[in-house]
Amino acid sequence: MPVVDVGRGRVKITCTVNGESRTAHGVWEGESLLYVLRERFGLYGSKNACEQGECGSCSVYLDGTLVCACLVLGGQADGQSVVTVEGLDGAKVQQAFVEAGAVQCGFCTPGLVVATHDLLHRVPRPTEAQVREALAGNVCRCTGYQKIIDAVNLAVG
Amino acid sequence: MRVGESVRRPDGMPKVRGTFAYSSDLHAEGMLWGATVRSPHPYARIVAINSAEARAMPGVKAVMTSRDVKGRNLYGLEIQDQPVLAGDEVRYWGEAVALVAADHPEQARRAASAVKVEYEVLPPVTRAEDGKVLRHVKIRHGDQNPHAEVVVRGEYEVGMQDQAPLGPESGLAVPDGEGGVDLYIATQWLHVDRQQLASVLGLPPEKVRLTMAGIGGAFGAREDLSMQAHACMLALETGRPVKISYSRPESFVGHVHRHPGRLTYEHGATREGKLVYVKAHILLDGGAYASSSTAVIANATCFAVGPYLCPNATIDGIVVYTNNPPCGAMRGFGSVQNCYAHEAQMDKLAAALGMDPVELRMRNALETGSELITGQVIEGPVPVAELLKRVERFPMPDGAQLLPGGYSNTTHGEGVKRGVGYAVGFKNIGYSEGFDDYSTARVRLFVHEGKPRLEVHTAAAEVGQGVVLVQAQVAGSELGVNDVVVLEADTRVGSAGSSSASRQTYITGGAVKAAAQAVCKQVLDLAQSELHPASELRIENDAVVGADGKQIVSLATLLGDAVIEETREFRPRKTQPLDPDTGQSNAHMQFAFAAHRAVVDVDTELGLVKVVELATAQDVGKAINPLAVQGQLEGGAAQGLGLAVMEEIQVKDGVVRNASFTDYLLPTILDMPPVRMDILELGDPSSPYGLKGVGEPPTISSGPAIVAAIRAATGREVNRVPVRPHDLTL
Repeated sequence: MPVVDVGRGRVKITCTVNGESRTAHGVWEGESLLYVLRERFGLYGSKNACEQGECGSCSVYLDGTLVCACLVLGGQADGQSVVTVEGLDGAKVQQAFVEAGAVQCGFCTPGLVVATHDLLHRVPRPTEAQVREALAGNVCRCTGYQKIIDAVNLAVG
Repeated sequence: MRVGESVRRPDGMPKVRGTFAYSSDLHAEGMLWGATVRSPHPYARIVAINSAEARAMPGVKAVMTSRDVKGRNLYGLEIQDQPVLAGDEVRYWGEAVALVAADHPEQARRAASAVKVEYEVLPPVTRAEDGKVLRHVKIRHGDQNPHAEVVVRGEYEVGMQDQAPLGPESGLAVPDGEGGVDLYIATQWLHVDRQQLASVLGLPPEKVRLTMAGIGGAFGAREDLSMQAHACMLALETGRPVKISYSRPESFVGHVHRHPGRLTYEHGATREGKLVYVKAHILLDGGAYASSSTAVIANATCFAVGPYLCPNATIDGIVVYTNNPPCGAMRGFGSVQNCYAHEAQMDKLAAALGMDPVELRMRNALETGSELITGQVIEGPVPVAELLKRVERFPMPDGAQLLPGGYSNTTHGEGVKRGVGYAVGFKNIGYSEGFDDYSTARVRLFVHEGKPRLEVHTAAAEVGQGVVLVQAQVAGSELGVNDVVVLEADTRVGSAGSSSASRQTYITGGAVKAAAQAVCKQVLDLAQSELHPASELRIENDAVVGADGKQIVSLATLLGDAVIEETREFRPRKTQPLDPDTGQSNAHMQFAFAAHRAVVDVDTELGLVKVVELATAQDVGKAINPLAVQGQLEGGAAQGLGLAVMEEIQVKDGVVRNASFTDYLLPTILDMPPVRMDILELGDPSSPYGLKGVGEPPTISSGPAIVAAIRAATGREVNRVPVRPHDLTL
């Protein structure tokens, strides 16, 4: 069986990332959207904590839908629009996370910020149960979550 | 920015915007990716390694084995017994055997799987009972043949917990072209990494320079080397920058875990409920290499009876080598395993005496001046009874947001029983047994854009706990300068010791305080005159002020172009080694205490547990940053909850079966209840600002309180954690 050279990938991806058109050449078919965002576009804000869709640290919007970027193939983003934490209109949520003490090591934070942004877009005044359900896919190892709930409440205002 | 204020983190905005650079976010021009070949056997002899096929694969720039280790192929925190790449034998499943560097990470992974390692498989030692003794700590305190009216016995088992920091082991090694290397890394202790790396790489320490990259949590997992030596070896070999970033499954074998343990206890007491004696045998499985096992077993043994007065104790703490995954540091460090046992025993004793479990604990609570089972007399505030009183006094939660099973909707309340449980624990702060505990701080004062600026430089690891903030608050408090900048941690300044043992705020806080005070003295000497002697001056709001608080001179004017810089080392009180035969000694520097109350609902038909609420009280001495302290109490309790009812690395015949976040269950926002808390600031007279270490106590007694509550709800013994559904139903 011939050895496949993944270093000379054949895929070209063109997508809109945070409002800007971006193209990546020579992408190996197996690269995840997370890898493309981080290593090809230099957008390291989406995090690589589990790379199997369990922790939510790589949450981004793909054409307006909240996804784990690690579970999406880079090629699937071709022709689509991606919004990452770096391009989010999330100042209110971001400020609230800092104010509430919801940031410790911060590795889960970008994903939580995007997921909270999505929740508040869908449900502007969520109940605590709705907050917990919406953020159940985002693992945080530092905070014990109470300050994250406080941050969401602060962002609601 | 002063001590005692809940000021916001300087790294907060970069972290919420995604611009904070963690160790896995690093990139350099011409960078290669490293991958690791790991052992598929828990114990085997390496017969041959053939890397010809791997070397010929596209993009591959290097394949390295133990033969390519230039220095001494052994490292370790206490005992240097672990090779960076296995030589003749592999001693645990997942041990590193060879390295690959390639242009693309997938090329590196494929080449790693093409390295042919021929093994002669050997029978592994997988039961701690069969292991070779690594350290046996003995405590012989008081009467060794005591008699008591009421005796209770129990055997307890604690599973292997993972720290599971969200940031994977990762970093970037950059060769300097002159035989040295710069490593950008997430670690808990830069200088001890450097010391080990220099030895492994065969380089003088000054040729190995470390700079802290952003750390995605640690909790003990970053005390030992993981990929540090590997990345440096590949970088020096290829002459190119090399990045290694573990996948989550690799992370599970890439760091040590919390020791699983088997603990056998006998408590004797009077009919009035006064402890007469405790006999305990604590067996921890250290796995294949020593890591910090020898210090963990000392803690497990020294704090074996919990924060209680116990006149007679016979404790044997033994940690052994096996072919299981190596175990070492995790938040709580030996005081977690024993707390499950001593608190279960206290409940058992209370039941035998027909006494309220909180009342029994209060009757035996340590106080100021009490003697520990190590013979050390405990000084400063010892509010064990007070903490218990406070958690008991909190109002009870009435309803529950979620039933056991949560959104799976497995019950509508039928079969659900509520239980309440209490636990209290304690541990040492800082290093023990005579280990030289110190930190170094450099403080610089100069004028920047017309205003005084204070720069603080230490090597302290900001693991998430907020020590970057503590340093700024301490310096700001001591000097009255508004613009305080904490420089990135690196090896250009002296060692800070590790961010572990709940010590960093105390020790590095103490060093920053001393350096800032030295700078302050210089400033005041500069500002003094006949009219205003230095002893009457202080710095406030960027100016030197007199006794009446009126400005004498602004710092900008006083300093001009001058730079005032001071470096100080801070050492807390010295500790002593344990007596090898009796364990009697002043082995510990400071002690911290916390109590928890847990309320749980248990679906007794399905064995599902919902923790409804946790309540805690903890003496922090002085809260340097109250918001950050709350975060430690909540986050630490979540890790306690994890070990109590969810988290366990499943090891079968030496092989880890659940090395992923799919199969290793971490508490989510649906699992973690609110935490009521009472934070006491009783002030330790011997520490900076009276503070006590904060980080670990929340992880010690939270889990045991949950298990006590489960016992109360179900009436079952529950002698093993994590508690599994079948433990409550079959």
